[in-house]
This record gives sequence, structure tokens and C-alpha cells, in this order.
Amino acid sequence: MISNFINRKIFTLFKVQYSNMLEYRVEIALWAISGIIPFFMLNIWTNNNLNESINISDIMLSRYFLCAFFVRQFSVVWVVFSFEEDSLMGKVSPYLIQPLNPFFRYFAQHLAEQITRFPFALIIAFFFFIFNPESIWFPNLGILLLSIISTFLSFLIQFLIQSIVACLCFWTEKASSIERLLFIPTLFLSGLLAPVVSFPAYVKSWIYLTPFPYLIDFPANLLSGNETNISGGLSMQILWIFLLFPLFKKIWSEGTKKYTAMGS
Amino acid sequence: MVQNIIEVRNLSKSFDISSKEPGLKGTIKHFFRRQTKSIKVIKDISFEIKEGEIVGFLGANGAGKTTILKMLCGLIYPSEGSISVSGYLPFRRKENFLKNITLIMGQKQQLIWDLPPIESFYLNASIYDLDKFEAKKRIKKLSEMLEIDEELFIPVRKLSLGQRMKSELLAALMHEPNILFLDEPTLGLDINAQRNLRKFLQKYNKETNATICLTSHYMKDITSLCKRVICVQEGAISYDGKLDLLLKRLSPVKEILIVCRSEDDAIKLENFGFTVKNKIKNEITIKIENDSITSSLKTILNNFDIEDLFINEPPIDEIIGKILIKKNYDF
Repeated sequence: MISNFINRKIFTLFKVQYSNMLEYRVEIALWAISGIIPFFMLNIWTNNNLNESINISDIMLSRYFLCAFFVRQFSVVWVVFSFEEDSLMGKVSPYLIQPLNPFFRYFAQHLAEQITRFPFALIIAFFFFIFNPESIWFPNLGILLLSIISTFLSFLIQFLIQSIVACLCFWTEKASSIERLLFIPTLFLSGLLAPVVSFPAYVKSWIYLTPFPYLIDFPANLLSGNETNISGGLSMQILWIFLLFPLFKKIWSEGTKKYTAMGS
Repeated sequence: MVQNIIEVRNLSKSFDISSKEPGLKGTIKHFFRRQTKSIKVIKDISFEIKEGEIVGFLGANGAGKTTILKMLCGLIYPSEGSISVSGYLPFRRKENFLKNITLIMGQKQQLIWDLPPIESFYLNASIYDLDKFEAKKRIKKLSEMLEIDEELFIPVRKLSLGQRMKSELLAALMHEPNILFLDEPTLGLDINAQRNLRKFLQKYNKETNATICLTSHYMKDITSLCKRVICVQEGAISYDGKLDLLLKRLSPVKEILIVCRSEDDAIKLENFGFTVKNKIKNEITIKIENDSITSSLKTILNNFDIEDLFINEPPIDEIIGKILIKKNYDF
């Protein structure tokens, strides 16, 4: 039954959303380019020799930031903004009376967008290697597979966090403002600006208890071949998904009772 | 005996609405201490709808018609009372219930804007567990009924409003729902498109025995589709019954224009005891109650030399308009 659900509903949803995303290919190329923060950070780190203090070589650091770029490309989530707009414009109403949770639409939309992004991300990586030929490496198949899984889990965590925030639209019309509060820790604690290993010891003592290092730092370290606790990282990612999913279900079920179907 | 498919008992709905005084002072006050009040928009209503019935909900803007439809289809949660639609509690949104209903809101779309409607139809087919063969069959049947063909392959954003509305209808009916909730389905459509849509709904109702709940401000939608109407005034039901009966109640008199042979006859008729609306030379307009129209006409024809006679039915929009304008219309 579940496989039928995935085959029929999710796969069709994904196909349709992919066709839709291809209509926006230029926009998606620009989004992909706009995600190059890790390369700026790499430049800051290497030009100031900051990596020496944390015992990471230039090559490993450049691989880390390239991987951070890739992980970010395939785990970026904007569901709160889409849901908020749809909710305010009354577009959620027709979806709510269909036998499929509307969040599956957003989920498929994100996956379709990631697939559309993929070639652009590869082109950016190609240029990165032209300018940094010493950073070229090929992760082994097992690590590559685990990194893909870990990136997908990172996407799931972010999708669930944002979906929970999106459900606050049922109480407050501007749930995206709450998401902005989450943007700061995501930016600083996820490893997008700096590998978590470079953080002071007292920060590291509690940061691993939050979901943030598992969003970018863990998958990026895994893919780039830096030393990391693979089973511990994957377990924490799965644990966060198991914690967030029931919370999402609860807030969704309570929120829909508050839905006023405004704008429709 | 025809079963009740919708049963509503003592249904109420309240919304919390925040209010703000005008000006800077009001804005600052609103920022620090937001005042909200609970407004009861639906007040203790009860009704039943039988399977296959087409029922029109009439009322002024803000009367509560759409809120009732939204509660019936499970979109919003009722504050008090009970609703049963096809044996289900709508707000629980069980899969089997959702597969049985559809909601169409004029100008609100579920079709994917940048893709041709056919893509949304196949998506809906998978959402409603229809196999590809069955989906194709239904798309063909419905597109023939709705007279759309090439439009299925043109991106939605490039379709006219009428074509879009037909496509929306097709998307909403692909799963062959038994109950249709239509909120202003002809909004913004031209006269021909409105007529076609009405014809389609009549045909759909006849062929599938679907129950239709409809709100519309176009009286033609109501008169050509609904035998029964429910009038909603300030959240309460003020009339629930046959449309014919409502029209009789709202318009108990007819106007009759009588052209007399001479002005003298017109003067005699003016003084005969009828309620005269106006008199211009040999033409006189009188008002006669519907119940006594035959006997009154007999009296006139027997006693006066009449050249011509016209019975004017007041326009239905005007009659129904009375209940929309007057807040507490007394039925």
C-alpha cells in the first residue's frame, strides 16, 4: 500500500512538479549561483590562514566548502514561504479537500527543484576545480552513497522544521518571521560559514545536541573525507526526524482546526 | 425514499477578529494591546439536503453562505453543532469522504499555472487513485461535456477565464464526486459561458444524481438550477423551501398594464377600486394580488372596453434583491 502510494501519488506529483520547475530553469540557475556563500567563506579562511589553528589543510578545507555548497544546494528549503503565500491567498483550500496532505506537494516541489538544480551545481563545481585543481578527488562509492543519504536526511530535517513553522500560519499570518529567527542559528551553527570543529570547545559541547551541525557540517565532512563519526551523525539525523515528525503531525492537526480559509 | 445526504444540526461558527482604531494612536494601542472579539458568523442553523437535490444558498455579501459551504466540505472546523455529509464528519477529512466531494470556488484555482491543464488532471487522477486508462476515459467524457479540447494542452496562464473555469471544473469532477459544493462558479464568466456551465451542471446532476450545493449572485444560476433555496441572513437561515414559493411570497402582486379604448374608460377604471400604480392618457397600470388575478381580469374585461392588456412579471433579480438588501427580511 505504501509502495503504491509512493509510486502513484508521489511519483506523479514529482513528475508534474519537475515539468513545472523546468519552466523556471533560468531562475533555478540563478538560485544555484546565489548559493555560493561557502566559496566566499573558503576565500576568507585560506587568505587568513585560519585553517592552521584547527589543523585542516588547505585542500581539505576547500573540499569541505565545496561539499558544503553541494549539501546546501540539495537541502535548501523554502516551504514556509510557499505555504504562507498559499495560505494567505486561499490556495491551500483546494489542496486541503484532496485526499493527500498538501505538504506532499511542497515536498515534491523541493525534490523537483533539486533535480533541476543538479546540472547547474555540477557546472559550478567544474569551475571550482578549474581554479582549484589540487582539490580534485573522487569519494568512494560507499562514502558517496552515505553522503547522499545524509544530505537527504538533512533536507528532511530542514523540511520538517520549516513545515512546523509553516503550520504556525494557522495561528499567525506571518509565520515566515519566525523562520527568520531560525535562519541565524542555521547560518552560524550548521557549518555553512565555518566547519563546526573550528568552534570553541564550550560551543561544541552543546552544539551537537541541536539539529544544526547535522544540516551541513556532518554531510559535508562525510563527503569531503574529513574525519567524522558516521554512525553517530546518521543516528542523530534519524533521531531528529523521529522527534520532529510527530511534532509536525500534532501541530498540523491542531492548526487545520484553526484554518479560516481566508482569501477564498 | 430518498435519503438525506447532508444533515446539519444547530451549527454555529465564530471567528476571532482583531479590530484597530484609526490613526497613529490607534496603531500604537493596537501594537501593544491587540483587541480581538469573537464574531458569530453562523448562528445555530439546521437543515437537511437529500441525495440528488440542487440547493441554492442565497444571501447578501457576508451573510455566511460561503462559510456554510466551507464547513460542509470540511475546510473549516465548526464552533458548535453537528454536520454529517454522506455519513462522515467533514472536518475529519477522511480519505473516503474527500473522494466523494468537491469544492469549486470561482476564481480560485487548483490548476498548476505554468503547465497545461492536462498535467493537473493526471496529477488529480493519481491523487484520487484513478488508473491512467480510467483517467483518460473521464477526461475525454468531461472535456466533451464541457466542450474543451485543444485548451487541455495550453498552459493555464494562457487560457481565457472561461476556458480556465471549465478546466477547473474538469479537474474538480474527475473523481466523479457525489456531492458538489459550488461557490460562485460562474463569477466573471460571460453570458454564454455561464449558460454552458449551467447546462453542464444540470446534465451532470441528471446523469450521476449528484447533490449540488450552490451559492451565486447571478440569479439565473439559481433559477435555472435550483428548485430549493436556503436564504441566509446574518448567519441565520431565514427561509428554506421551494424557490417558486419564495418568489410568490416576495412578489405577491403582479402589475397589469391596460390600454383602454378611450381616456374616459381609463378614468372609470382608475376609480373602480383597484390599486393604481400610474395612469397616462388611456393607459393605466394596476397592481393585483397573485391569488385574485383571474377574477380581477374577468371583472375588467366584462366592465370595460379594453384595447390591449399586458401582465408584467417583476424581474427575478429585483425580487431576490429584496432579501439581499434588507437585513432582516420578514418572510
